Amino acid sequence: MFGEPIVRVEDPRLLTGQGRYLDDLGRGALAAAFVRSPYAHARITGIDVDGALDVDGLVAVYTWEDLPGRVGEPLPLLIPHPALTHGRTAYPLARDVVRHVGEPVVMVVARDRYLAEDAAGRIQVTYQPLPVVVGIEKSASAEYLVHDDVPGNVGAFLVQEVGDAPAAIDAAPHVLEFRLDIERSASMPLEGRGVYARWDADDESLRVYSSTQTSTSVRMAIAAKLGLPPAKVEVIAPDVGGGFGVKIVHPWPEEVLVPWAARLLNQEVKWAEDRREHFVSSAHERGQVQFVRVGFDDEGRVLGLDVKILHDHGAYTPYGIIIPIITSTQLLGPYKLGAYRAEVTSLYTNTLIVTPYRGAGRPQGVFCMERTMDRIAAHLHLDRIDVRAANLIQPDEFPYDQGLIFQDGRPLIYDSGDYPALLRKARDLIGWDSFGSLRAVATAEGRRIGIGFACYVEGTGVGPYEGGHVEVDSSGRVHVSTGLTSQGQGHQTVFAQIAAAELGVPISDVQVTTGDTRRFGYAVGTFASRAAVMSGNAIALACRRLKEKALRIAAEALEADPRDLEIADGQVYVRGNPSASIPLRTVAVLSNPLRYAFDEEAQRATQFATGSSPDEPPIAPGEEPGLEGKDYYSPVRSTFAAGAHAAIVETDPDTAEIRILRYAVVHDCGRLINPRIVEGQIHGGVAQGIAGALYEKMEYDSDGQLLNASFMDFLMPYATEIPRIEIDHLETPSPLNPLGIKGAGEAGVIPVSAVIASAIEDAEGFEISAMPISPDDLFRLRRH
Amino acid sequence: MNERVYEIGLTVNGVPRSATAPARRLLSDFLRHDLGLTGTHVGCEHGVCGCCTVLLDGDPVRSCLTFAITVEGREVTTVEGLADPDGTLSPVQQAFQDSHGLQCGFCTPGFLCTVTALLRDNPAPTEAEVLEGISGNLCRCTGYQNIIKAVLSLSRGVSRTAQENGAGNATTQRGSGDHVR
Amino acid sequence: MKPPPFDYHAPRTLGEALDALAEAGGDGKVLAGGQSLIPLLNMRLAAPGQLIDINRVAALDTLVREPGGIRVGALARHSRVERSSGHPLLRQALRHVAHPAIRNRGTVVGSLAHADPAAELPAVLAVLGGWVEVASVSGTRTIPAASFFAGPLESALLPGELAVSAFFPSLPPRSGSAFAELARRHGDYALAGVAAVVELDASGAVTSARIGCLGVAATPLVLDLTPYLMASGAFADAVAYVRERAEPDGDIHASAGYRRHLLGLLAARTLSEAHATASSPGPSAHRITGGTTDE
Ligand SMILES: Cc1cc2nc3c(=O)[nH]c(=O)nc-3n(C[C@H](O)[C@H](O)[C@H](O)COP(=O)(O)OP(=O)(O)OC[C@H]3O[C@@H](n4cnc5c(N)ncnc54)[C@H](O)[C@@H]3O)c2cc1C
Ligand code: FES
Ligand code: FES
Repeated sequence: MFGEPIVRVEDPRLLTGQGRYLDDLGRGALAAAFVRSPYAHARITGIDVDGALDVDGLVAVYTWEDLPGRVGEPLPLLIPHPALTHGRTAYPLARDVVRHVGEPVVMVVARDRYLAEDAAGRIQVTYQPLPVVVGIEKSASAEYLVHDDVPGNVGAFLVQEVGDAPAAIDAAPHVLEFRLDIERSASMPLEGRGVYARWDADDESLRVYSSTQTSTSVRMAIAAKLGLPPAKVEVIAPDVGGGFGVKIVHPWPEEVLVPWAARLLNQEVKWAEDRREHFVSSAHERGQVQFVRVGFDDEGRVLGLDVKILHDHGAYTPYGIIIPIITSTQLLGPYKLGAYRAEVTSLYTNTLIVTPYRGAGRPQGVFCMERTMDRIAAHLHLDRIDVRAANLIQPDEFPYDQGLIFQDGRPLIYDSGDYPALLRKARDLIGWDSFGSLRAVATAEGRRIGIGFACYVEGTGVGPYEGGHVEVDSSGRVHVSTGLTSQGQGHQTVFAQIAAAELGVPISDVQVTTGDTRRFGYAVGTFASRAAVMSGNAIALACRRLKEKALRIAAEALEADPRDLEIADGQVYVRGNPSASIPLRTVAVLSNPLRYAFDEEAQRATQFATGSSPDEPPIAPGEEPGLEGKDYYSPVRSTFAAGAHAAIVETDPDTAEIRILRYAVVHDCGRLINPRIVEGQIHGGVAQGIAGALYEKMEYDSDGQLLNASFMDFLMPYATEIPRIEIDHLETPSPLNPLGIKGAGEAGVIPVSAVIASAIEDAEGFEISAMPISPDDLFRLRRH
Repeated sequence: MNERVYEIGLTVNGVPRSATAPARRLLSDFLRHDLGLTGTHVGCEHGVCGCCTVLLDGDPVRSCLTFAITVEGREVTTVEGLADPDGTLSPVQQAFQDSHGLQCGFCTPGFLCTVTALLRDNPAPTEAEVLEGISGNLCRCTGYQNIIKAVLSLSRGVSRTAQENGAGNATTQRGSGDHVR
Repeated sequence: MKPPPFDYHAPRTLGEALDALAEAGGDGKVLAGGQSLIPLLNMRLAAPGQLIDINRVAALDTLVREPGGIRVGALARHSRVERSSGHPLLRQALRHVAHPAIRNRGTVVGSLAHADPAAELPAVLAVLGGWVEVASVSGTRTIPAASFFAGPLESALLPGELAVSAFFPSLPPRSGSAFAELARRHGDYALAGVAAVVELDASGAVTSARIGCLGVAATPLVLDLTPYLMASGAFADAVAYVRERAEPDGDIHASAGYRRHLLGLLAARTLSEAHATASSPGPSAHRITGGTTDE
């Protein structure tokens, strides 16, 4: 069960159109639309809603002035950090000043979305444009400010340091200095964001559906904003059409405003984001400039690395500085460096906010480290993989303390891994050592090919915790719930696999619920490749509790020692004597002493039927009725997955087109719960990585207009653009958790830009320092 | 400002359906919100993602780029109409499950409609034909690997060994990159 | 992203369509396949007061092979024309237009009327020297390709006019055509593209060589390269001439310089391919055989 590539249990629903995504709900609900700023930076001088008033079906129009109390306050700064000295967040509707194109200014509620857009289109907002700050350099120059009260546009300044890197570099036999750039992209799930709220006036309670990666935290935020007791707020993440990070941000303005309006109007209200809104009003990621200084010895061992990172975090910092923290720590990868210093300056610009997108700062860090390895190899005329090998942490060095503080506030200590084996496998899989002859053949044909390589380490399964609840009902069905949410990762399958394996029940008896605060109120969310590690282990622990209880009750019924009992196929039986058995469903009945029978089976648990001792209470002290188990998993720190990727790329000598001929992945995420699902995650990650390396970037002009805010111009790859992906696994269990697993969700995307840059560089013979790279870029580089 | 509405009738999945809607109602919204058939998804509303693909008289079209009123009286098949009435998955649906060809499932209805028509018109597509056939549908989750595998598993032209080797056979090289054609 | 309201007309005959268009005047828009118009409506970049939906005008749903070429009615969809026109260049070009599902709705004539400078079909019509038949309540007129494309997204159609059909002349015997383009993603509008036609005399000498370029000027750019191809070995000069004549704009997808560079490559490729087909013996696959219908 555990470890088997079984097909997914969620599929039949999703394949037949029975999935329920946000906009599939609330058919009769009113629709919200927003008037959003067309300016990147401007003062609002007037809002005239008169034109909208004669739109048939208009229900309400709101501006910031209409928002009472906490609803009108700035949105929370979710992850404060001492280095984030000038954190700023937006108001749900702009107050006086707008700081990026797409910032919501007016909310419209109408009978349907067509009419809401009609009304929104007739609202006249007048603006006085202010100077616009776009691009890292322009922000750093601080000629103009994004926020008047943030000097230098600097939101945060952070230093991560082990040893004295500048001194180590000065003393090193070889020193290189260079600049690396990565552009902005975005998560871009095919389903946008969305919120649907129902206020129950009689019960004074609110039910909210949100296409979110964290329903529990959305609930807390809404309760706080609306002044409701959390017990009166339910938040449910229905089927979610992809997240990839963007849906972890919360509460979005709309997540506050839609429930607020639903309550105020006492009518159901829904907002389903459209694609254009998603481009300009959700979040982006990746834009960074890195200045590298590295000192190394003759074997290519890094003696000191000093990186200055300029990070563009957009107009506001609701998610803190998690991304540059991750970049500056995960940059180290599988290597042990002599000394290291990273200095992050996180800057405001008049562009959309920047929050984690699958990989979350790691692709930039890995790009930096792996480009550095390639530069060292080129400088010393050494093999690129050999240089990496010379710097690797060895298998006997775990746990390995990198001496930094990671994104969870805990020391950056790698728990386990076998990096030399990873390198070896990837080298073999791509055929690194025979590439020379392949190239010779290609060259003879007038073709240009190159090979690239990169590795990474990914901290996964960050805390603080997740919980699991498991219950067996009197018909033998097993109900598993956990608070974190799903966006396609197959949680219903893998969590069922874990529960079925732990409990000894058929997987078809297990039903899993995620992201529903009615079922599980405490949770953190789905991000940082943490779901399988956190909830998977919590569910395993909860199952173990349930099992212990089940065995105790069954032992009494079977008059056996619990230690002699086992569960298989939903039956508790005495080991070695299968005829002495009792179904788990009967144990469930017995676990709940009854006064009233509701069916024949239940009669066994009523007062005159049980043979319980007349001298003891029906529920022993410390016990609870019901066959349930609940537990939490809270790790001391993250567990570290790792991998190595390699690719062979062809560049067209005439057209400068770039084609990936082969793409190979070796991946270690500890024990695999379901290899098929893990491979699916890798496929998706690599495809997003290729997208970010060759196709996707957010094109802002100097006025802060996003020039490619559509799928026509933001070039998300189709099947025709993605090569076949070859995968091999390594399984180094994590010693940190009961199941020995590590996260796998983000891994695929992390090293791709580094690998592709490495391969193009190899094909072309000149340095590649900026990604993504288009044929036009390559064409221009060739002319230099 | 009262907008004129029309009674619009279509045959959807073999069943005559009708609802009242203005002329500007997109077929995607008509199916989803007026008829309650929410299996057809909407990912861009400008024709690029393919999530909204349905079959119009058997041929795949973008329901977000079609007014319901334009196709009044015609036959539309949505994802809800692909399985047997008894609930048995269609071969295409089954292949997507068997090959893990979906993750979040949002793009899936569009792919299923597209592939259903593709295999009807060409029961033995090569890998290149499969790629061309699904080249108008975006998926953000799967990297297309298992979608291609699912379709090839149904192609009468592709040998079993090639299928078992994964997405197509190892000698054809599917490259990423831009396309001179 | 929902379309704005409009008054809707669903004529069933050409006459009704022209009446509706005449009445609407400058406020009217024709809806054919909707594959270009509806995205604009959904983004509210267009807001016509009157929409004249020609999808029920059966008389426009035609594809007629005539001795001199193929007449494509206003309702003939890309996919049908691709399958059945029998015109090699049209088929070669249509394969590059968008994706199959879009081609099932989009019309050839709609694509011409839309006049996107990066679209394939305007360049094909232009290089073939075809024309568009136009009708309005006041009569009909024929607009040659050379004057049909007035600017980016701007055709010579006047308010009240409907493009009824487009005529794509067939190629003479001993000729060859080729089409190539480069797009960032499969199915995208091209960064640059070329439709080439080469004609030979009985001795195999080039009598005519023309290309229609897309994506490199405000309207399809037709260049006569006959003198270069007549002189053997003047290929490089032809390429240089093509690059010199192009006036591409740079945009977020490609710089002007890169488009110009590509155009030269594509011109060379298509010319040599067209030349090779023209020279290959055997029954000319390039003639459109007579007849009236298709499929
Ligand atoms: C994702 C996507 C990708 C695409 N890629 C390409 C591509 O690579 N190459 C390409 O060429 N096209 C592409 N297209 C556009 C597609 O080819 C359209 O079908 C075509 O441009 C317009 O044809 P239509 O019938 O859909 O016209 P419509 O959208 O109905 O109309 C377009 C315009 O032409 C006018 N019009 C249409 N027919 C007539 C007529 N008979 N008389 C007068 N005016 C008329 C309309 O009023 C409107 O202004 C793409 C479209 C999409 C959605
Ligand atoms: S929603 Fe129709 S193509 Fe994207
Ligand atoms: S499965 Fe999520 S977009 Fe395709």
